[in-house]
Amino acid sequence: MSMAEPRPLTASPAAVLRPVYQIERLSKTYARNLLTALTDVNLTLHKGEFVSVVGSSGCGKSTLLKIMSGLLPPTTGRVVLEGKPVTGPRADIGMMFQQATLLPWKTTVENIVLPIEIRQGRAAAKAAIPRALDLLRLVGLGDFAHVYPGELSGGMAQRASICRMLIANPAVLLLDEPFSALDELTRDFMNMELQRICAEQHSTAFLVTHSLAEAVILSDRILVMKPRPGRIVEEIVIDLPRPRTLEMVNTPRFGQIVAHIRDLLGKEAFQ
Amino acid sequence: MTATPDPNADTVWVEHVALIDRIPRWAAMLGLALVVIGIWDLATARMGWVSPIILPSPGETFDDLLFVGKNLITGGYMLGALWTTTRTVLWAFVIAAGIGFSLGVLVGETKFGERAVMPYLVAIDTMPKIAFAPLFIAWLGFDIASKVALAAFIATFPIIVSTAAGFHAASENERMLFKAMGASRWQTLVRLKLPTGLPYIFTGLKIASVGVMAGVITGEFLGGGKGFGALIRESASMLDTPRVFSLILYLSLLGLALFFLVAWAQKRLVFWNKADRPGGVG
Repeated sequence: MSMAEPRPLTASPAAVLRPVYQIERLSKTYARNLLTALTDVNLTLHKGEFVSVVGSSGCGKSTLLKIMSGLLPPTTGRVVLEGKPVTGPRADIGMMFQQATLLPWKTTVENIVLPIEIRQGRAAAKAAIPRALDLLRLVGLGDFAHVYPGELSGGMAQRASICRMLIANPAVLLLDEPFSALDELTRDFMNMELQRICAEQHSTAFLVTHSLAEAVILSDRILVMKPRPGRIVEEIVIDLPRPRTLEMVNTPRFGQIVAHIRDLLGKEAFQ
Repeated sequence: MTATPDPNADTVWVEHVALIDRIPRWAAMLGLALVVIGIWDLATARMGWVSPIILPSPGETFDDLLFVGKNLITGGYMLGALWTTTRTVLWAFVIAAGIGFSLGVLVGETKFGERAVMPYLVAIDTMPKIAFAPLFIAWLGFDIASKVALAAFIATFPIIVSTAAGFHAASENERMLFKAMGASRWQTLVRLKLPTGLPYIFTGLKIASVGVMAGVITGEFLGGGKGFGALIRESASMLDTPRVFSLILYLSLLGLALFFLVAWAQKRLVFWNKADRPGGVG
């Protein structure tokens, strides 16, 4: 890979310095209303790294995530995952949405092997069931493999959707406000679970969130985005030690980081 | 609970349960039926306020119900008529379901169907479809074919509309999930949109099961033949009102049977739709 590193990297020790996902000079203009959703976005995700993007509504973070997942083509720019350009949805991209979106007519384990079933057929999906059961045990849902999603709580359903995201061993995890529909206690718990799972799987993850605390507690780096036009205005390296705990929320360092981001976003909000 | 003496009994707030909530449902239904039959009996047999040609007494009607029931059980001519009507209803329902579902998929899933076909369907649907009965009789004759055609014609439209709505019922998130998994259009159709749309489709089928009955009987009134509709018209023309009442009652059993057949199939097929599902697709 001969591409230059965009910024000096001081991420967590867990991050091996191998680039997984690279985005260069990305821009997106919606031709219909001449809206510049993104302009000159540069971003590199390294193996094992957890990067979050925060910003107010309309700053283009959802557009960025859709482009990264191959659901939306960029207007210009390079989007490269594992050395191959992203030109559409790919099996090595794992996605998680705000809603668990489990199909109610399939059992939990059948939902988890659904990506395999869609891409490789029923036989491959059946062969993937032992791995799906392992994943369910990883997220603490071992006993719920054969129930229908109607019997799962909101947090359990989101844990099942984590398994669905992980089943195909994706190179990158794209998380679109995954726990924002959950209550606060469940959300805190799920964030710690997500940290544990990402550490165990050595996942490379990219999180879009509204919650500054969530971004700080989970991330190695935070990208702060601003709208009109959507762009990354600052990158903040989170130097809190790993593994992170919920108690860290009460440390002065945590408070400083959150205050700094809030300051950045707040200034923009009144302009 | 045993009644323990409460020193401050007058400060206890006790929920007041209304009388209608305290009696079981079957008792309420039975009670209402008895009241209605009582008034009916009073107005006809007891006081003679209403002429028996207009409204027979409950006793007469009940006697005739037994007579018709005996005829049906022993395989009399009425059983033949009921069988003719049943066959007509089933054929019409199956044809309406087939055509309705196909057109519903066309309209719900393709741009061509939505833009070019749907306006015509809406235009036809606003017409009084029973007015087509003479045409169907002219085209297909006095046998059951013309009745099947009329009933199917009436029952097709609710199935089209509900199928099309059902294919649009999958949420934005679910569509995005399937897109992100690289699902083909066919896979999205069969694995997502069809199962999501099933409750809607069944609603259409239930409406159609009622419409088919109305269509068949209208067809038999207007086009004669050997069905129950013809029997009703005959009895009515002979001012045999008790017979008309009992024939309608047995006919309604046929309609109920079809309706509950559809409801039963829905319960089996859409097994996940019974409870609220917090974790699943909202």
